[in-house]
Amino acid sequence: MTPLVEMRDICIAFGGIHAVDHVTVDLYPGEVVGLLGHNGAGKSTLIKILSGAYAADTGDILINGEKAEIRSPRDARRYNIETIYQTLALADNLNAAQNLFLGREITTPAGFVDDDAMEAETRKIMKRLNPNFEKFAAPVRALSGGQRQSVAIARAVYFNARILIMDEPTAALGVKETQMVAELIAQLKAEGLGIFLISHDIHDVMALCDRVSVMKNGKLVGTVRVGDVTEDDILGMIILGKQPAVMVQ
Amino acid sequence: MGALARLLRSLEIDLRLLGMLGALLVIWLVFHAVTGGLYLTPRNLFNLSVQTASVAVMATGMVFVIVTRNIDLSVGSLLGLLGMIMAVTQVRMLPEIVGLGHWSTWVVAILVGLAAGTLLGAFQGWLVGYLTIPAFIVTLGGLLVWRGCAWWITTGQTVAPLDPTFALLGGGAGGTLGARGSWILAALATAAAVALQWRSRRARARHGFTVKPAWAELTLSGIFAAAIFGFTAVMVAYPVPERAAQRILERRGLPVPDGPIDMAQGIAIPVVILLAVALVMTVIARRTRFGRYVFATGGNPEAAELSGIDTRLLTVKVFALMGALTAIAAVIASARLNAVGNDLGTLDELRTIAAAVIGGTALAGGAGTIYGAVLGALVMQSLQSGMAMVGVDAPLQSIVVGLVLVFAVWIDILYRRRTGT
Repeated sequence: MTPLVEMRDICIAFGGIHAVDHVTVDLYPGEVVGLLGHNGAGKSTLIKILSGAYAADTGDILINGEKAEIRSPRDARRYNIETIYQTLALADNLNAAQNLFLGREITTPAGFVDDDAMEAETRKIMKRLNPNFEKFAAPVRALSGGQRQSVAIARAVYFNARILIMDEPTAALGVKETQMVAELIAQLKAEGLGIFLISHDIHDVMALCDRVSVMKNGKLVGTVRVGDVTEDDILGMIILGKQPAVMVQ
Repeated sequence: MGALARLLRSLEIDLRLLGMLGALLVIWLVFHAVTGGLYLTPRNLFNLSVQTASVAVMATGMVFVIVTRNIDLSVGSLLGLLGMIMAVTQVRMLPEIVGLGHWSTWVVAILVGLAAGTLLGAFQGWLVGYLTIPAFIVTLGGLLVWRGCAWWITTGQTVAPLDPTFALLGGGAGGTLGARGSWILAALATAAAVALQWRSRRARARHGFTVKPAWAELTLSGIFAAAIFGFTAVMVAYPVPERAAQRILERRGLPVPDGPIDMAQGIAIPVVILLAVALVMTVIARRTRFGRYVFATGGNPEAAELSGIDTRLLTVKVFALMGALTAIAAVIASARLNAVGNDLGTLDELRTIAAAVIGGTALAGGAGTIYGAVLGALVMQSLQSGMAMVGVDAPLQSIVVGLVLVFAVWIDILYRRRTGT
């Protein structure tokens, strides 16, 4: 089977620091791949290359086996790559619908933005993702952490994403909301999406992911199937950069 | 919740708007009392509307500039330069090309001014957006450079008089709609406002959203109509002075009666220009992608970029728009004086910024309204012409305006903190 995404031999440096150093990862349809590593290991930088926020110095990105040119967030969206950023990347002064459609507004035949139509669509998708969500008129500044998160998730899911990048999707959430995100990931996976999941929480990763790729100091330590290793193996990869026995073979 | 608060909530009226209208009313009533009833007269309100127009036009553009977390200190000098360019175009250049008094003179002069304003604004925007020089510095430089350029064009000489048709745009003799024109405009404006209001209600109802109760909509329609017709009635109540009326009739080739001439001023042309600009800018802010991106970028520049918005190009467009509006303001300001001297527009950048900020535009970016900026300009002008009328010394006028600006922003900060917006 052709992988949905292959990032081959990716390098990027900022002022002499190799933030991502010859890293290769891949992702198959219906699969969740965890990206693990300490702060500064290069996980967020790597996915920002895939989402178009940074351009890699060298290396190739292949989507469905074909070389892809991703130079801007707009390019990434064209390949149906959607990202939920750790910061959520919401404009606090705009409401849920305006954020959800930011950069992809529904317009009337005359070319004006159609806020009513966008609100109607937002109500529909929110009914599925977060049925308790009611504050459609308020700027997202006035929403709780969980509500803001659901707006960010709705934005990623609404536009028929094939590849979803989630950067610490549960960091700001309570127990119940974290459970909701876990169910959503399972559901999207069943629909055949490929998901890159960045997380600090190793339990989350073990529960949700099929494989994990571990990074340290910009380099890839290795990629393992979650079923083949123990939590300690993964911790060893993160902390010591030590490749577990299953991989060394 | 009190009855009044419930009423306001049903009407969905912005508290900030009410506060500004309240402040304006207090200023007007105080000056009316102090001047012994001279302030709230058709004559003074007419003059007030004309005096406000130029700065208010620029303030609508300054809203976009400040919302995107920038500032434009150059608009006063740019107004002077554009006024000078348009004056020289119509007084010295065009007469040599198409002949003196050609009908197209005023149109060409304005087009030249608009093009120059857009271009110079875009250039400043490019320096800010692409070369990432802070807007404060770029436009501080612009403040000095444009004023110097204006001087250079005529080596400081004043250019006058301007083309007679061009001069009408300043609202002087003949530069008003008259009674019939004003009432027609009022009727059209009311019909359009009410039609838009009910169309929007129908659209929301069709999507199954909750809408305001019908009585609230009716009350709002009534308020729109009353405001528009009230304003028109006041403008129409101000008669054109006898001499001026004679001249206007002569110029239009109409018979001049021997007896007293009953001619009303009506709404001044610069005010019509301001209303048109405010309407277009409101539509841009609320109903276009460009406007949406302006506010998104002001709210969170990083999020805007990650959504695929080209924030650098957006900055160029915002400053280009500011330049075009400065050209329109320059038309009004120069036409009103029927002359362009080297000091045209001096300190207007501060009046413009103050109007936008008093009108609720947050310097932190992301928040501001067009109607707020126009009202802010009206508040500033009301204070200034009121004090001039009472005979307050110029230094004290500056002190009062300065204090009011700081006080208004403090109130706004308290309001934002209370409402959490």
